[in-house]
Amino acid sequence: MSPQLTGHLHNPPLLAVHDLCVEFATRKGTVTAVRSVNLQVAKGETLGIVGESGSGKSVTSYAVMRILDRAGRIAAGKIEFGGMQLHDADEAMMSDLRGREISMIFQNPRAALNPIRPVGKQIEDVLIRHAQATHDQAKRKAIEALAKVRIRDPEARYHAYPFELSGGMCQRVVIAIALACKPQLLIADEPTTGLDVTTQRAVMELVRELTRSEGMSTLLITHDLGLAGEYCDRIIVMEKGGVVEQQDTAKLFAAPAHPYTRRLIRSTPHAARNIRDLLPEDLRLPPPPLLSVSDEPLLEVKDLVKEYAPPGGLLQRLRGRGGAKPFRAVDGISFSIARGESVGLVGESGCGKSTTSAMVMRLLDATSGSICFKGGELTAVPAGEFARSPLRRELQMVFQDPHESLNPRSTAAQSIADPLLRLEGMSDAAAIRDRVEALASQVGLPLELLDRLPHQLSGGQKARVGIARAIATRPELLILDEPTAALDVSVQAVVLNLLADLKAEFGMSYLFVSHDLEVVRLLCDRVIVMRAGRIVEEGPAARVLSEPQAEYTRELLAAIPRPAHLAGHAAATRAVNA
Amino acid sequence: MTDATYTPQLAAGAKRSSAWSRGFAHFRYVMTSNPVTFIAFVLLAGMIVIALFGPMLVPHDPLATLADKALKPPSREHWFGTDQLGRDVFSRVIVATRLDLLISVSAVALSFFVGAAMGACAGYWGGWFDKLSGRLLDTIMAFPLFVLAMGIVAAAGNTIQNIVIATAIINLPFYARVARAEVSIRRNAGYVQAARLSGNSELRILIWKILPNTLPPMMVQLSLNMGWAILNAAGLSFIGLGVRPPTAEWGIMVAEGANYIVSGEWWLALFPGAALMLAVFTFNLLGDGLRDLVDPQRRT
Repeated sequence: MSPQLTGHLHNPPLLAVHDLCVEFATRKGTVTAVRSVNLQVAKGETLGIVGESGSGKSVTSYAVMRILDRAGRIAAGKIEFGGMQLHDADEAMMSDLRGREISMIFQNPRAALNPIRPVGKQIEDVLIRHAQATHDQAKRKAIEALAKVRIRDPEARYHAYPFELSGGMCQRVVIAIALACKPQLLIADEPTTGLDVTTQRAVMELVRELTRSEGMSTLLITHDLGLAGEYCDRIIVMEKGGVVEQQDTAKLFAAPAHPYTRRLIRSTPHAARNIRDLLPEDLRLPPPPLLSVSDEPLLEVKDLVKEYAPPGGLLQRLRGRGGAKPFRAVDGISFSIARGESVGLVGESGCGKSTTSAMVMRLLDATSGSICFKGGELTAVPAGEFARSPLRRELQMVFQDPHESLNPRSTAAQSIADPLLRLEGMSDAAAIRDRVEALASQVGLPLELLDRLPHQLSGGQKARVGIARAIATRPELLILDEPTAALDVSVQAVVLNLLADLKAEFGMSYLFVSHDLEVVRLLCDRVIVMRAGRIVEEGPAARVLSEPQAEYTRELLAAIPRPAHLAGHAAATRAVNA
Repeated sequence: MTDATYTPQLAAGAKRSSAWSRGFAHFRYVMTSNPVTFIAFVLLAGMIVIALFGPMLVPHDPLATLADKALKPPSREHWFGTDQLGRDVFSRVIVATRLDLLISVSAVALSFFVGAAMGACAGYWGGWFDKLSGRLLDTIMAFPLFVLAMGIVAAAGNTIQNIVIATAIINLPFYARVARAEVSIRRNAGYVQAARLSGNSELRILIWKILPNTLPPMMVQLSLNMGWAILNAAGLSFIGLGVRPPTAEWGIMVAEGANYIVSGEWWLALFPGAALMLAVFTFNLLGDGLRDLVDPQRRT
């Protein structure tokens, strides 16, 4: 055992995992998802497990909860929890422990709640199941639990259904359910992925406070090193099913021992000065290309509005209740993009940034306003007929979810060839194959992967296919809709660099839609911050992110988890580089 | 085995093998991974062989009557016995396979294509066509389906063509509904948006990008309906509509044989009934296997 853990030896750890191995039976034989993992969680401690997808961090926590799916089994090792042996406990014992002694918060709060049962009732169910309340007091206790996770007006919210609550509210309810029986250990599996930064901050602060006041231990599983750095006492770094490093948080950031940890810290955008800093040091690429932005505007958007009809059926219209105002998703915004410029469009979910990009892309008709591209008015052609417009090939897009944006029945080559067939009118199979192979090598996709179907590719490879398809027709304006949101940080680093290089090579302009201010800072010249359909701030990226003018921008920046250790690391990196 | 060891082989293999051999490998995987699917496909292959070559293989003429051999129990010469007119039941059961399969396959194919087209348009564009087709299907569903089929055949005339049409009409709502639901959830999927950006017309997107992805659930529906269509055709013949005697058809044979069960001649109804059951059973078992075959996610 490493020396820094001796402190924990005096009182036995709450959770101790010894040499855990988890295997999955698959079509290709047995795959070891977790190998020889050792970890301890002391009472009252917050332990972070950090790793990229496929590192086995979630599988480890599922093994602790004994909720592995049927193909998976604990092949070796021991799991001890408060003196109990969990690795060979029977289902009856586990179902008694789950929710009462060990609780879990999942990634998607909406999926974790029963959609047809009021949230208050769902809290009651857990309380009654574990005999923490009788039917008479259950309602009072459920309302108390809702109040504890700081849901305003808990009596009214008790009757709310999950769909009536926002994502952050749902996650609070999930936390209320998880904490209802005062468990000793809380396992939080990516609790804030998919939530906005300000909501993430609120949720994490809540978890921290509640675990402290109740004296609970927490196991925080996350891909976000910044988040783990801010909220955990100790961090375990996992890679490919094994633990590569286990350290106190401050020490981990100050002196990461394992090369993988160093690479992970490096790819986290908080500390980087430019996008080349995200890549491993031994790559030694030339510095990022200097961008030549001309004054000539490529795209000019004026007073763009998108309205959606208010909810209400035929009956209300017949009654003449036209009083409800239509919902304005985009409320009169104006901006321009110069040739060769990258503009970041930043905002939280529901701010209208995706609606704006869909209108500029001509996937959606605007209610009013004008979109002027290279001097021509785009709104003159309805979105439904834009596929035949000669401008279609000038406007392309990289989608948010690389998996969902590829046809599951098309191979990578077919997906990349699609715009060539339809927009370039190419018909010679050999010529198309040549172009597809050229595009694949431009985006760094190995040629032997071209005949694979999307589900046979990794996230980063799928992202490359999506990018290759978008640049196939050499568009002048490329909209990037959160192109790296679904990717691991190390893959994100590579994709961001690829995007910057391609932009320089082809002289494209980017509209980069994102919720991640750090990524925008690295890739964009100018930033537009949106809130509730309006632009609240606009200006050069460096200025907006260092001296924000609008209150909302300041809030956004403050909400980014930025542990002091990371800033220190950045300073150290800079000193070394200087 | 670990990730690292099998990836290189896979990459090299993918480069060499053609689409056909990959398709065959996938077929073999689906067959070997689920023995039930394998049995279902063997039974189906057997049925198809019998339907194609049955009339050439049978020992007796299915229509030849021999008055002196009427109502003989199963024997070495007549495996399934003989019926009231002295016809060989085994030969008739085998020969009937072609007709029964023909009726059900063409009826199901007809409702599959019409239903999928209707449902896909309704799910993709919505609007007045969705409302109109939805109410039309509700109207069909409002009748007891077998009675509706009886009505159609009785009104339009007692021909095989009309049995096919009647069976197709009563099956239509199931395909149209599945297609509508599956298309409407994919209408704005990421890859559909991407196809719009790639300059595909709406019709091309619907036919080439969305419809193929709705195949797996449609296949399950198809195989279940197949068994049902066979029962439906046999049922119509059983009550005297549809195929007429002396044509060999399982439904009529069961109907005619039913009169003799009381007097102890059980083989007249049992063997065509068993053939009917086996056919329905085969198609019902086929569902999962068919879905796995057309689902690209199952290929690895």
